[in-house]
Amino acid sequence: MSETGKGLATVDLCKSFGALSVANSINFNLDAGARHALIGPNGAGKTSFVNLVTGVLRPTSGRLMLDGQDITALPQAQRVKRGLVRTFQITALFRRLCVLENVALAIAERQGVGGDFLRPAGRHRAVIEEAYDVLEMLDLARDALRPITELAYGRQRMVEIAVSLALKPSVLLLDEPAAGVPPSESIMIVEAIERLPADIAVLFIEHDMELVFRVAQRITVLVQGSVLVEGKPADIAADPRVRQVYLGERKH
Amino acid sequence: MMQEHSTERLVRAAHIAEFSARHRLRWLEALPWVAAIAAYFVFPNYLALGAQILATILFVLSLDLVLGYAGIVTLGHAAFFGVGAYTAGMLAANGWGEPVSGLLVGGVAAAAVGLVSGAIVLRTSGLTLLMQTLVVAAMLYELANKAHRFTGGADGLQGMEMWPIFGTFRFDMFGNTAYFYCLVVLFLCWAAARNVVHSSFGRSLTGIRENVGRMHAIGAPVARRKLLIYTFSAALAGIAGGLIAQTTQFVGLGVLNLERSGMALIMLIIGGVGQLYGAFIGVPLYMIAQDRFAEVDPAYWYFWIGLSLVFIVVFLRGGVFGVVERLFGRGKSP
Amino acid sequence: MVLYLISVGLSVTMGLMGFVNLAHGAFAMIGGYLMTSLMSRYNVPFVLALTAAVVVVILISLILERLLYRRLYGGDELDQVLMTMGLIFISIASVTYIWGPITQPMQPPPALSGQIDLGFRTFPTYRTFLIVCGAVLVTLLWLTLERTRFGAQVRAAVDNLRMAQTIGINTSRLFATTFALGSGLAALGGALGAEILPITTFYAMDNLIYFLIVVAIGGLGSIRGPFFAALLIGVSDTAFKYVAPELGAFFIYALTMAILLWFPRGIFGRT
Repeated sequence: MSETGKGLATVDLCKSFGALSVANSINFNLDAGARHALIGPNGAGKTSFVNLVTGVLRPTSGRLMLDGQDITALPQAQRVKRGLVRTFQITALFRRLCVLENVALAIAERQGVGGDFLRPAGRHRAVIEEAYDVLEMLDLARDALRPITELAYGRQRMVEIAVSLALKPSVLLLDEPAAGVPPSESIMIVEAIERLPADIAVLFIEHDMELVFRVAQRITVLVQGSVLVEGKPADIAADPRVRQVYLGERKH
Repeated sequence: MMQEHSTERLVRAAHIAEFSARHRLRWLEALPWVAAIAAYFVFPNYLALGAQILATILFVLSLDLVLGYAGIVTLGHAAFFGVGAYTAGMLAANGWGEPVSGLLVGGVAAAAVGLVSGAIVLRTSGLTLLMQTLVVAAMLYELANKAHRFTGGADGLQGMEMWPIFGTFRFDMFGNTAYFYCLVVLFLCWAAARNVVHSSFGRSLTGIRENVGRMHAIGAPVARRKLLIYTFSAALAGIAGGLIAQTTQFVGLGVLNLERSGMALIMLIIGGVGQLYGAFIGVPLYMIAQDRFAEVDPAYWYFWIGLSLVFIVVFLRGGVFGVVERLFGRGKSP
Repeated sequence: MVLYLISVGLSVTMGLMGFVNLAHGAFAMIGGYLMTSLMSRYNVPFVLALTAAVVVVILISLILERLLYRRLYGGDELDQVLMTMGLIFISIASVTYIWGPITQPMQPPPALSGQIDLGFRTFPTYRTFLIVCGAVLVTLLWLTLERTRFGAQVRAAVDNLRMAQTIGINTSRLFATTFALGSGLAALGGALGAEILPITTFYAMDNLIYFLIVVAIGGLGSIRGPFFAALLIGVSDTAFKYVAPELGAFFIYALTMAILLWFPRGIFGRT
């Protein structure tokens, strides 16, 4: 993909904290509709990469392109408005609010009514209806009025995805969507990822290799802040370097 | 299949209806107002205290908006109360005794101070923010102290002359007018605050309090929202200060000191934070108890207020309101 | 220098332990009360009275730490603010009850009263003594916290509580010790400084903002920070009051705000 096409691209993206380099000249492309996995051993800089792309961290140098436009200088909220959305590795929800409201808050922001201080939130009917649609799509409707704290962890991860979907992303970054979820519930998350609208470009970080190889069309391996290799799942699985740094490590 | 589909739709409709109705008035909400009117007839000799209580409720309510809803921990809310009080006071002392406009100007002045200081201090968080709010109030205190010519300094501002409200209701020595004046103003401000809290804006504030990182991630302009509620709250605090100034016809440096900010916090904690009703419970409890006990022995009073504060924080979370709610087992979402 | 003596203790609890301890001044106040009354009522010698005051305050602080403070470690700031504010009120009431509402007189021992001739000008001996005390304390504390095992443990525990526990540090005892250290320093400062910051019932409340400013400017968890901050505040306060007396302390507050905006964690704050 070229730098001017749809999707996300990073150009020579670098980030260092003093002597520690967490992103070392990363050139990465995520095409529209892609299902792309980012893997690598702990401390490889995967979450830092997501933070750089979403604007939580400022890159030391390099550029970020979204749909052909330079977004390097844009604040986080502006990137979200342009369709660049993430989930968090550790569930980040409004824990004491109900599921429906978690999603409704996101939709209110997207529709630009989040700052309306005159009309009661309950009268923004379009927001609530749309929030409920998202819940139905992810099979969360029966928990609509329960606060997050009452849900099983797997369901909480689903709400995390629901909130992101509510923002109508064109690029969705899933930071370890199945982290901490018991195996009995992780199938639910795999299915949810598979059911994501086809036009969304999805990048996910994941340690669960089963999930990675089931969903991903392409895989990038990150080691110590640099891209080690990128390719189709079958090629990655066969790559001796990958086996050595990553798959090998998992065996012992 | 058909059957299942229609139950789903029913559930959906029920869920949405329940969710949409959360902002509706509940009958319990009428209670403070009934009590306030009843108090007028039951305690006709305590109307001056009553008016002070009502004005202080408004002040504490304004604090609840920033602390309870937006999660901004401040030790300097007296700044806005004081600005409102001095503005209204100085207008009346310099020949403009019309109460309603004086109150509005006080509110606007406080809002302006809130906007400017908020734009600066809200950039920080945690302990630094705490310090910044404290310092803003201290700066204003020092300013009022030194600007003796305009504020009366440590002697207090005197010589205020209030005109009748709307040209008809004269402030009487028994505090009849003052009481109802405060009650009406409090009601209007409460209605406005309630509306804001239940609006999309208000809910997004709750979101900021619950999880700032998530609010950023859904694209909310967090800084702007915080500044807006800070300014709104400052305006209400300013109106509360104006009420006290107009009804007592005196403004002293005490309106700006740390103790006032602290007391407001304490009253809010006693009543319960983030419920909009904490002020209605905490302020009367506190002020009536203070009126009873502090006369006898101030040290004694400090001891008990300190002890109950420690007790509430360590053992009773959520204040009186929270405890009552837990007793009745109503798991309301905040 | 008095400000420093008291504030450095606060910097230890607030900075190292991350606890917003508004009641810090109360410990200083109790230290001051204990020493002045021991000296004036029971004619206890200066050094003994000072030691006794510090020891008693440390004991009180240990009890409070165990009963109250530890429940709020790592809790939210609001709770810490409120609880310690409650403690201030209790302390105000208690000292009024025990000592009455009158300011406690403080007479430095004969050896330390009078003037000292520094060659170019004379200087009150007691103040010189305070300055020397402060300087010694800075050095001692700095050595303790930066160079000893204890200091390293405290810093490790604050950075990552669970990790510190896993590697076998008794964090509960560690925090109690640190807290006692902070309170003891407060008592020392309050007692020594009784001549300059008069001991009154509202001491903890009235001086709170100064303590906080010194700590905030100096930087949390720093030993040198409050030292320089106290110096800076002292010098600039005098300077501003000389240049523009009609504005009083206004400039100090403005300066504090500016510094905090520039360095949100204080000048010597750890990042």
